[in-house]
Amino acid sequence: MTSLPISSQAASLPADWRDLVALTKPRVMSLVVFTGLCGLLTAPVHVHPVLGFAAILCIALGAGAAGALNQWYEADLDAKMKRTASRPLPAGRMDRQTALHFGVGLAVFSVVLMDVAANHLAAAILAVSILFYVLVYTVWLKPRTAQNIVIGGAAGAFPPLIGWAAATGDVSALPALLFAVIFLWTPPHFWALSLFVRSDYAAAGVPMMPVVAGLNSTRRQILLYSLPMTAAAVAPWALGLAGWIYGALAVALSAAFLVLAIRVAANRATEPRQMGPEKRLFAFSILYLFGLFAALVADKWILA
Amino acid sequence: MTPVPEDEIRRRQRERARMMAILLGLFAVLLFAITIAKMSINQ
Repeated sequence: MTSLPISSQAASLPADWRDLVALTKPRVMSLVVFTGLCGLLTAPVHVHPVLGFAAILCIALGAGAAGALNQWYEADLDAKMKRTASRPLPAGRMDRQTALHFGVGLAVFSVVLMDVAANHLAAAILAVSILFYVLVYTVWLKPRTAQNIVIGGAAGAFPPLIGWAAATGDVSALPALLFAVIFLWTPPHFWALSLFVRSDYAAAGVPMMPVVAGLNSTRRQILLYSLPMTAAAVAPWALGLAGWIYGALAVALSAAFLVLAIRVAANRATEPRQMGPEKRLFAFSILYLFGLFAALVADKWILA
Repeated sequence: MTPVPEDEIRRRQRERARMMAILLGLFAVLLFAITIAKMSINQ
């Protein structure tokens, strides 16, 4: 890793607290918090509201810590990409040591607080998810292989598992399926994005799938991954772990996802401005995950 | 090196100190609430 040419001001000026917040990737955190909350709310036990709040707070802080450590490690990479060049580190508004201390401190704090508020298992899974995102995805896979998102996607799939474990103290079939849904959803979601920001990744030397395998191969793989993702999304209903409300919404949302994935697979555009299907799939994929998890909670609350 | 105005350093330190005080206060409240919640569950 080369050292980042940070501005001379960043070295002596204390970081603004807003930049420390930006380091936690608040937008990514919202999806993490939501899926973690859904894992907690679908658990078949009553959770004390204070302990539930503390568990979700820990998931949020853990995700923030992972985001901060990711930005600390990738500062020089972020500086090369338009999408990330204005982040606090590449923009020179913060020195790297502050980001490292903040990330490690937040990670330790979130795991210890989870252990105090919930249980050892939830704290252990939270620790594993942070380490997986930072060490396995950011440090190991991302700069080396086009499969980075496929395996690294597991890091983002942990929150419903943590939420469930925080409520029940164990892990069963339903949270494992929720893990599988996010795990299989991540490649189509990220590859749709990486198709229309391919030049950014290519310039930064990140071996994302469109850079390594080409546009059309990536489009085919988006469609291929959408199939097992659909199966995993419908499985909780098919296996009797969720009711008809979830089943109906899972089928409808997954059908819409597949239609958009087919349109992506059929698209042959090479310029980002012609990649309407890819942009629509990326936007819908976020809505899809929100909708699916919201349907699961609604199903449990309405049919319980 | 570009000199950083002393005022700006002090302003940022004050902001961060204020933010840290708020967060520490909230953390103390949260720990108290967790303790009470755990006690009520165990009763």
